Amino acid sequence: MTDMKNNWKIIPSFHPEFDLERCDYENGCSICVKECSFGEISLKPVKGKDGKVCYRPWANRSACNACQRCVKMCPQNAIHIASQPMHTSHGYWTTNYVSNLWRQAGSKGGVLLVGTGATGPQKRYFDYMMFDACQVTNPSIDPLREPMEIRTYLGRKPHCYGEEIGPQLELEVPIMFAAMSFGAVNLRVHEAEAKATREVGTYWNTGEGGFHQRLRKYGGNTIVQVASGRFGVSEDYLKSAAAVEIKIGQGAKPGIGGHLPGEKVSEAISKTRMIPEGTDALSPAPHHDIYSIEDLRQLIYAIKEATEYKIPVAVKIAAVHNVAPISSGIARAGADIIVIDGFRGGTGATPFQIRQNTGIPIELALSAADRRLREEGIRNTVSLIASGGIQCSSDVLKAICLGADAVYVGTPVLIALGCGVCQRCFTGRCPYGITTNKPGLAERIDVEEASGALIRLLHAWAEEIKELMGSMGISAIEALRGNRDRLRGIGLNEEELKILGIKHAGA
Amino acid sequence: MCGIVGIINTDRKLIDGGYIREAIRIQKERGNGLGGGFAVYGIYPEHRDKYAFHIMFEGNRHSPYIPVVEDYLKSRMNIYQSEQIPVYPNDRIPKGPHFKRYFLKPLAEFFSPEQTEEDYVVEIVMTINKMPGAYVVSSGKNMGVFKGMGYPEDIADYFRIEDYKGYMWTAHNRFPTNTPGWWGGAHPFAILDKAVVHNGEITSYGTNVRWLEMYGYYCMLKTDTEVITYIYDKLTRTDKLAPENACYVMAPSLWEDIDRTKDEKKKALRQIYGSAIVNGPFGIVITNQNGAIVLNDRNKLRPVVCAKAGSTFYASSEECSIRLLSPDADMIWSPKGGEPVIIEFSVEENLTVEKIKSSWTLW
Repeated sequence: MTDMKNNWKIIPSFHPEFDLERCDYENGCSICVKECSFGEISLKPVKGKDGKVCYRPWANRSACNACQRCVKMCPQNAIHIASQPMHTSHGYWTTNYVSNLWRQAGSKGGVLLVGTGATGPQKRYFDYMMFDACQVTNPSIDPLREPMEIRTYLGRKPHCYGEEIGPQLELEVPIMFAAMSFGAVNLRVHEAEAKATREVGTYWNTGEGGFHQRLRKYGGNTIVQVASGRFGVSEDYLKSAAAVEIKIGQGAKPGIGGHLPGEKVSEAISKTRMIPEGTDALSPAPHHDIYSIEDLRQLIYAIKEATEYKIPVAVKIAAVHNVAPISSGIARAGADIIVIDGFRGGTGATPFQIRQNTGIPIELALSAADRRLREEGIRNTVSLIASGGIQCSSDVLKAICLGADAVYVGTPVLIALGCGVCQRCFTGRCPYGITTNKPGLAERIDVEEASGALIRLLHAWAEEIKELMGSMGISAIEALRGNRDRLRGIGLNEEELKILGIKHAGA
Repeated sequence: MCGIVGIINTDRKLIDGGYIREAIRIQKERGNGLGGGFAVYGIYPEHRDKYAFHIMFEGNRHSPYIPVVEDYLKSRMNIYQSEQIPVYPNDRIPKGPHFKRYFLKPLAEFFSPEQTEEDYVVEIVMTINKMPGAYVVSSGKNMGVFKGMGYPEDIADYFRIEDYKGYMWTAHNRFPTNTPGWWGGAHPFAILDKAVVHNGEITSYGTNVRWLEMYGYYCMLKTDTEVITYIYDKLTRTDKLAPENACYVMAPSLWEDIDRTKDEKKKALRQIYGSAIVNGPFGIVITNQNGAIVLNDRNKLRPVVCAKAGSTFYASSEECSIRLLSPDADMIWSPKGGEPVIIEFSVEENLTVEKIKSSWTLW
């Protein structure tokens, strides 16, 4: 009998390489072994210079995800991550497809799971849009000399003065932290987000994992989520926040629910989510009380009643083909804010096929939704938030030119805390202590240092945004909202230009 | 770069166009011959109750577009009088499009239930402007606009504006930077009785246009001036904002000032009308039959000087024009960025025609 086990063996594409000239193993250093939470590095006995046995680090070549944790933590800078991908000779059956098949046929089988957003080759439209700048006929504005305003208010606005203005969120920077639940990330990450947003004057989002009692003092900067599992939702929860967000879908997994495995449901998580310890937390794919738009309207108004119409209610949807009419329906259903999450949006865990193949790019979805709301004359009754795949400050500003009021960023928050984007968030073994609650790992986040990083990130992006605005001769960000004239496309076809509502460069 | 001048007599004393011709002529440096024009109020006292449409037609008096527009006008308005606007071709402007003026009253039976008379007239103007070969240069009561391609003094001679009298004049000298120079693209830009002369280049154009389109405005000319005119029209006519509030919307104070003064009204105006903020450098004079407004962008990136001599106000891109008209103006100042100068007439509009005529010589 042959054992077929090795037929399905996959050697990871990455592994650490150790420069033993630099490595301090002879003096007993084994920091890399302790830092690697995936078990990629072990110690191998070797004879040292003085003849004694000592232990050198050794790559197991079984679990490396190129997270860069060992590289960063090595005091001798003796490690780098080498890439040695498996190659197939076939032009059609490439490595990705072959290794995924092996994975599914092999011992573990099942649905392929991944973390973070889509990695496919689809066009990143932000890169094909260029800003305008002032030359001669009007002066650019120097943000160091002149006031440059990026404050933004989110919420329903009436058509004209004299009518009532709905409750508003006040953002000192047009950037908020996207929903990441307690459970998916740990409480330290939440606390860092809360502190940073309070310091800068913006908002963070609890995700669907409840709002821990200890952080409720940050409620003024918190958006709480009501999703299909209703975890942690109570009257108190709704009233503790600055806004409530109904999550219908998310860009990384449109039409798919969530699953926090029972082993991750610790005491703190069980209390915050209001479910028994150790049980799986399953968020159904749809809200089972929302089978159409009229049901959404009921939930929006149930929340507004519960919160006495004092805070705005947002609805978050994944960017899908029909995003424009759906947005119009949401606006008419009474939402104050619409969040559109593009297919590049991140997640802790999503089926690989969904992540790579479902949804549309945020640039196109945002543009289509903004246009539809304007055509129907209801754009001002609702604020638009772009989310999913925002990578830098110029993306923020391009999104605003395409019609967004503000953006959500999720993955950039994690990267700002050190994340190396290794896509293994769902394993609960995050080596940076971000997407894990495991003792020993979660402590790798220091709340003060982490919030400092987020504050610096927001300030840096704010400065860059002001410089970009200044170069365009804009001194108030509302003059840029939906200002597609300040963008030109490069290398886009007519249909793409039409959907984005921009002219080609040179036109 | 462009040049603007405004002469406003708050007692509604009439002066002829020769003065403003000289005032804008000495700002020749600020233009390049690709556009000049004049707006004048009080010009048709005998037709003061009718809308005076100045319409420009492509071609000459046989233009095929004339009957099309006139048939449309007849179906929607009572035409009391129609005539050619006299022009005087010269060696600097040998030729131009065909200009006609009409004195009209709308047919009330055609109003949509939600329409006011002015909404109805605006709709007619927008419809004609979408037609090929015709363009409504002005459409207000007892006012008119004369404009075209050329230096403003040449345009003045082409229309012989010294033959017209009015109590308020604005003039514009164009140096186009965005849209190509053409007859319709010259300033002033007017809708109903509102006219705007503008020096600047607004960077908020895309935002402003999309906001206006939401409320049925059609921006045909693609110029900044057109957008400013429509914003002001929407704010004051539809939304009933007072002139100072409309100016505040276009050039609001900083958030930090709003925070400090805890001014809830200003905060609300800025929140609601964020898309109507006019960013980028501009200096404008907006006029209507009840007064005039002079406004600069928040950063004062364009020059505007104001002066007052007796009952006459002046606004100009350069002081030289004011000194020329009124060497001893007793008050002359440069308004701060974002702070409007609002001039309202002391005399009510319901003066008799005779009374106005009798005051012609007083100036």
